[in-house]
Amino acid sequence: MTLRLDDLRLTRGATHVLDGVTLEAREGEFISILGPSGAGKSTLFELLLGSLAAEGGQITHNGQPVQGRDLFAFMPQRDALMPWRRVIDNIALGLEVQGLPRRAARDRVRPLLPRFGLDGFERHWPHQLSGGMRQRAALARTLVQDRPLLLLDEPFGALDALTRTRMQRWLEARLQETRVTTLLVTHDVREAVALSDRIYLLSPRPARVVEVFDVPQPRPRMETGPGEEALALETRILRTLLEGERE
Amino acid sequence: MDIANVTRAAARGLRRAAPALVSVVLILLGWEVYVDLSGISATALPAPSRVAAQGWQARAVLAENALATLTATLSGFAVSLACAFVLSVAIDFVPLLRRALFPVFVISQTLPLVAIAPLVVLWFGFGLLPKILLVALVTFFPMLVALVDGFEATDRDITRLLRSMGAGRGQLFWRARLPSALPFFFAGLRISITYAVVAAIFAEYAGAARGLGIFILNAKNNFRPDLVLAAVFVSSALTLALFALAVMAQHFAQPWRRA
Repeated sequence: MTLRLDDLRLTRGATHVLDGVTLEAREGEFISILGPSGAGKSTLFELLLGSLAAEGGQITHNGQPVQGRDLFAFMPQRDALMPWRRVIDNIALGLEVQGLPRRAARDRVRPLLPRFGLDGFERHWPHQLSGGMRQRAALARTLVQDRPLLLLDEPFGALDALTRTRMQRWLEARLQETRVTTLLVTHDVREAVALSDRIYLLSPRPARVVEVFDVPQPRPRMETGPGEEALALETRILRTLLEGERE
Repeated sequence: MDIANVTRAAARGLRRAAPALVSVVLILLGWEVYVDLSGISATALPAPSRVAAQGWQARAVLAENALATLTATLSGFAVSLACAFVLSVAIDFVPLLRRALFPVFVISQTLPLVAIAPLVVLWFGFGLLPKILLVALVTFFPMLVALVDGFEATDRDITRLLRSMGAGRGQLFWRARLPSALPFFFAGLRISITYAVVAAIFAEYAGAARGLGIFILNAKNNFRPDLVLAAVFVSSALTLALFALAVMAQHFAQPWRRA
């Protein structure tokens, strides 16, 4: 399985957003798309999900043009939990949209709750959960859809530093189990280095790929903390980012 | 909920209502004392005690007329709600309708009820129909606006999420837009239900066989301000009861707000 974004171009109104973005995700890889705020990172997801059409370039999956949305499970920046649905029904939302009756969807979700640290909270309302728990529920809702590709749009951006580190650790463990192909949009360099197999660094708008970094460090990484190699890489990426802004 | 819980809730409610109760009692007391000391005639300004006594004597007639007003209010409001809901959904799916119809409804809100009510009675008689029409005229537009705005207040991230899951326009409406509109709907409901009572009484005032409106008109013509005021209190009580019902409906329709 390979997803390819090939020379994607887009102009919205007077704004030149994407200036030929090319990237690739192979089976089981964790890919980060890193760039300054407003670079058009989230726009890439809108193209993948078909809510926007690119003006140039193409998106292919195993060499075929991508059609429809049943390839992707998407997690938006904020958790987007529905306040009027209980936790279990929020997680089951995607299954219900796919046509599963509510009861069957709940039965599929229930055994997963302990892995997401939500055991005993299925009947709670979202506003009764902590920030970290809400984010785990949103991730559970994404994973339970059982799509071949995950699209995570700055999933931990709104959390405090400690909770964020905890969540990254936890996400790494979950992905170790499933090895589902993941695209992560983030502006957090450390997060990208800690989680990714490969990092695509985008320029400020109009976005193009400035540099591609491979992260060879073995997993699990979060347990041991960043090694010297990872710290060096982090510094290198940060420097490239800052230089890009000075131009 | 067990008995102890209900008792506690009632006690809490009473404590919260106490300041308002005290001010109402003080106003009534001041009124009573003023009437007593100034020696003003009862046909100009009756004391609250007289209003209560005369109202109590006329309780059977008052109840019968209040029931007629309640019937007119509720049937008019039901018609108005049904129309507002159907049309708001249509507008949500076909935005062009909004631009076509909103100006007409805005104009309908500028019509003075004083002028319209007698005409509607002239056209449709003394029965229930003209009351339903007038109550609907007054309450339809606020409910329509509440619903249309409510649908549009749907969280953008939730919309994007549902779309990414493959939801079409119909699913988007049932799963996101309709529940998002609930707080707006209930805000509109609480306001409109109070307008509805006023509109019903006005419609009766313009011509009716029964109802608080016609009762008030007759009492006034017979120089009985005590009975006018008694009917006014009954209509206030009716309005408050309907308002409380709307609050209770919201309580049950949005269980996540209670948790």
